[in-house]
Amino acid sequence: MAILKSNIDRLSPEYAASKDAMETLIADLKQKIASIEQGGVEKYRERHVERGKLLPRERIRRVLDKGSAFLEFSQLAAYKVYDDEIPAAGIITGIGRIAGLECVIVCNDATVKGGTYFPLTVKKHLRAQEIATHNNLPCIYLVDSGGANLPNQEDVFPDRDHFGRIFYNQAKMSSKSIPQIAVVMGSCTAGGAYVPAMSDENVIVKDQGTIFLAGPPLVKAATGEIVSAEDLGGGDVHTRVSGVADHLADDDNHALEITRSIVGNLNREKKHNMVLREVVDPIYEAAELYGIIPSDLKISVDVREVIARIVDGSDFDEFKKRYGTTLVCGFAHIFGMPVGIVANNGVLFSQSALKGAHFIELCASRKIPLVFLQNITGFMVGEKYETGGIARDGAKMVTAVSCAEVPKFTVIIGGSFGAGNYGMCGRAYDPRFLWMWPNARISVMGGEQAAGVLATVKRDGIERQGKKWPKKEEAEFKKPIIEQYEHQGHPYYSSARLWDDGVIDPIDTRRVLGLGLSASLNAAINDTKFGIFRM
Amino acid sequence: MFEKILIANRGEIACRIMGTAQKKGIKTVAVYSSADAAARHVRLADEAYEIGGPEASDSYLSMDRIVEVARTSGAEAIHPGYGFLSENEEFARKCEEVDIRFIGPAAESIHIMGLKDEAKIAMKQAGIPTIPGYDGENQSAQYLEQQAGEIGFPVLIKAVAGGGGKGMRLVETRDKFSPALESAKREALSSFGNDRVLLEKYIRNSRHIEVQIFADMVGNVVYLHERDCSLQRRHQKVVEEAPAPDLSEDMRYELGETAIQAAKAIKYKGAGTIEFIVDVENGLKDAPFYFMEMNTRLQVEHPVTELITGIDLVEWQLRIAAGERLPLGQRDIKLNGHAFEVRLYAEDPYKDFLPQTGTLHHFSVPIQDNWLRLDSGIDQGDEVSVFYDPMIAKLIVWGHNRGEALRHMRRVLKSTTIAGIKTNLEFLYNIFDHDAFSVADFDTGFIEKYSSTLIPSKEGVSPTVLALAALCELMPHKSGSDVWDWSDGWLLNLNLNVKLTFIENDTPYDVDVTYMDDGFSVSIGGRNYKLKLLKQDAHKLSILLDGKKITGSVIRNKEDFTVFYEGQVSYLHHFIPGSDKEEMESQDGNILTPMPGKLAKIFVKDDEEIEEGQALFVLEAMKMEHTIKASVSGQIILHALQEGMQIGEGQSLARVMRRSADD
Repeated sequence: MAILKSNIDRLSPEYAASKDAMETLIADLKQKIASIEQGGVEKYRERHVERGKLLPRERIRRVLDKGSAFLEFSQLAAYKVYDDEIPAAGIITGIGRIAGLECVIVCNDATVKGGTYFPLTVKKHLRAQEIATHNNLPCIYLVDSGGANLPNQEDVFPDRDHFGRIFYNQAKMSSKSIPQIAVVMGSCTAGGAYVPAMSDENVIVKDQGTIFLAGPPLVKAATGEIVSAEDLGGGDVHTRVSGVADHLADDDNHALEITRSIVGNLNREKKHNMVLREVVDPIYEAAELYGIIPSDLKISVDVREVIARIVDGSDFDEFKKRYGTTLVCGFAHIFGMPVGIVANNGVLFSQSALKGAHFIELCASRKIPLVFLQNITGFMVGEKYETGGIARDGAKMVTAVSCAEVPKFTVIIGGSFGAGNYGMCGRAYDPRFLWMWPNARISVMGGEQAAGVLATVKRDGIERQGKKWPKKEEAEFKKPIIEQYEHQGHPYYSSARLWDDGVIDPIDTRRVLGLGLSASLNAAINDTKFGIFRM
Repeated sequence: MFEKILIANRGEIACRIMGTAQKKGIKTVAVYSSADAAARHVRLADEAYEIGGPEASDSYLSMDRIVEVARTSGAEAIHPGYGFLSENEEFARKCEEVDIRFIGPAAESIHIMGLKDEAKIAMKQAGIPTIPGYDGENQSAQYLEQQAGEIGFPVLIKAVAGGGGKGMRLVETRDKFSPALESAKREALSSFGNDRVLLEKYIRNSRHIEVQIFADMVGNVVYLHERDCSLQRRHQKVVEEAPAPDLSEDMRYELGETAIQAAKAIKYKGAGTIEFIVDVENGLKDAPFYFMEMNTRLQVEHPVTELITGIDLVEWQLRIAAGERLPLGQRDIKLNGHAFEVRLYAEDPYKDFLPQTGTLHHFSVPIQDNWLRLDSGIDQGDEVSVFYDPMIAKLIVWGHNRGEALRHMRRVLKSTTIAGIKTNLEFLYNIFDHDAFSVADFDTGFIEKYSSTLIPSKEGVSPTVLALAALCELMPHKSGSDVWDWSDGWLLNLNLNVKLTFIENDTPYDVDVTYMDDGFSVSIGGRNYKLKLLKQDAHKLSILLDGKKITGSVIRNKEDFTVFYEGQVSYLHHFIPGSDKEEMESQDGNILTPMPGKLAKIFVKDDEEIEEGQALFVLEAMKMEHTIKASVSGQIILHALQEGMQIGEGQSLARVMRRSADD
């Protein structure tokens, strides 16, 4: 038992300013998400509903258990990426409970470009499947899609992580007994036809769902045969004649009820060997995070103030507290589940990296999931540190992070720059989930540093020619670089491209981590074998 | 005193008799039909024997089998309860023959009082006032109609062998006489095996006041004061109270003495009730009263007498049957406070009190104390079957005075919750909530007169009731060892919106619920409310609805919600879209049975052309006749039907091929 003690002055002007700034960011985030929640433009939504179809979010709500949480992934996907607005990349994905089981839901939004797959739609679909694979979660595909977006075919069709990967994943997951269930609630044309066809069990909605490799126009063009969509691949044909579909539903609601019973019959159970504790709330208010997190990333904050507002009972047993103090490591519980927390409290030194590697080894050996709280400008630079072998020690930490087989969760609560991103389990290190706070920034280095580096190179060149570079010109040179880094390092920019799984309100951090952790316990934790640690 | 007695009855009365027997250390033997194998009275008895099938005629009316069980089990006496064999002279005689004591009067007393006309003649001779009427041998329809004319309408037709309102018809005018007579005779025949009727003057404004008497073997008779049973619906008692409100001491004495005189006239022994009809056209003061009938048994409503006198009537019955003298003299019989009894029935007031059957999923009344007594023959989880009376229980309250007793009854009815079967609970509450009843301004026409207040036509389900149901359905919680067990509708960066549909009487009500950080935002009928769950204690919910604290109870059984709020009961069905696909099939033109029962009569032939409103079938269920009428005109196609066959609920009897409009 080590209850963290908070040293926050709630009456300070800094607290008030930070709170103001964070509230502005949250208001903007919620407003953007609320607009994305709507899906396609009103005209298309109305047309969708007029056909007797439920809107995609309503479908998800109906298939989930009453009052179940829905841990949605990458709500900002495709935000300001394409010329047209493609809310949520036209596909809603996330984890929710059906019949008491955590399932991954993948739901097309036919009100957005007919549910066709843009490059980021494919990426989001594949990411959801990846989450299902890593966490051993049944997949429910609520299909209503025109298939690949034809104008974007070069970025959708041919490569490894393109459209075809969806079906590859279905086959591979099915082979691992991860149930694949499709509900055909609209068209499943061409490649899309394989989503239900590759599923273990599927449902199709009467007079609404269609499955065919080639739709009526293509059939007519190819063979001259004139046939209606319903006769070619409707629910009646597929459940009565072809056997492509298993269950015929009257309408969306009926289909979703059938889906619920299918999941109810899966005969699965969540099994794990975690020693759980009783769930207790943190003793500090999560809302205080708003005032704790400075709006300027350059201002440091004791990360224990954050940990105290995330973990059960604000109880944190710190490891190696007196050594490598810029990295805070320790054991805690989130919603009763044990976690090892690795959190930045300044720039990484050799000692911090060694301590981190040691702690990760402990967690891997004890099969305790890891939570990384990232706020890192990078590893320390300079002759003293390079010659001291900081690269070698950094490599140890990266090796440990890469190889640890325990579930890893990363929350970027501030900066995520340079090699710090690697050591702290950035996207490349396969954390089960990676979330960002709205104040966070991610880039290879800070904008000013990048501009400084480029300016130095340029000034050196100019001075080598014996010329002078006026300060004003240098500032003009740096400005667009700083702006570019700020723009590309923004969480919306990151989330739009699926560099993360979503931008979250700091208040939700505990809940999001709890849901993710609990979901991850559906998969067995393998033994870890580490690579060579450079000594 | 007896060592062991047999109780030839079922339900609450069998349980109530066993209670006293067990208090006195007397062993009890129950008999039961195959439908009652798991019934409460079987569970309470020391021994129990199955005596036949579910039909009463195969079991509870089967005299030889019951006597045989008494003999083999070694019971010295048989208590018949009320109903069934309690007023059957043949049974009393059969008991005497084998030397088993029948706990009741002598067979001759039953005989005399059982036949209404002989009873009236005997009473007339004894100088007891009786109502003008005809109770002669001539039963020809024409003659009876003529006699009715002489008595003067309105006239009451009563089955001679009847009781409890069966075989009884009120005829307002002469032209209605003939069909009413036919129907009364048919019901009498099927209920009592005797279709003889008598006629009597119908008194428009009357109170039904009855006197409880007790007589021992050596001719001592006392009265235990009166009960007012004026609150009746179609001659079935609904609410009983003791003493009769506003009755003067003089009149109480006069009624009591008249009752004693009546009992003495026939050398009555045991517990009995003399029912009087009091003509209150000109008020209760010095009102004329007439002998109506005598019940030679324990009455359903006997507990109100017990509560105001402190006497256990069953104990007295046992003592007198065992040969003891009356335990108290008239002067020692006190009258203390005021008591009410309500009969909780499985019936739907909104469907003309159609008896309801099914499983009592939930049954909870407040804890019994000095003010409340519950006489019940059924526990939570038990079945209310089609074969017997649909009474679930009797709630009896006592107060120092009528006002206090009224308040207790309101409280009790408000906090009683029953689900699984529709009941008259709300109807009973509305009676006790009625201003006229509160000041004892009533007569036997009370229920009919105020039916629109007591059974108010409901203008939809109130937002309060819908809010209670919605919260019960969503039951938001943050509990469970796994955070995924939490049911608080958490979404990332969004608020969950849920559309619920509740159906009452085929009318859907939409409740649009949005989960907020602090409770819910709810839209009902175009209005927005702030809703919050304050406390949940089992089925009792305390909520804040737009800042107003509301407490109600919701009992949920699968998707059926019974909501109790301020004495009002709502039966809602939570409709889950997509879950009802098979049920959505059209039932157009199908004639379905409203309840299980025996098909007593088929009025139509196959392929016959029928008109809307035409009577098609008579279904006999719960000892009542239900006429099934055509809802559309057209050609009827009968399914394979036979009169007398048992049919379940919701079964199709026939199909009507609708005539098209231009025919």
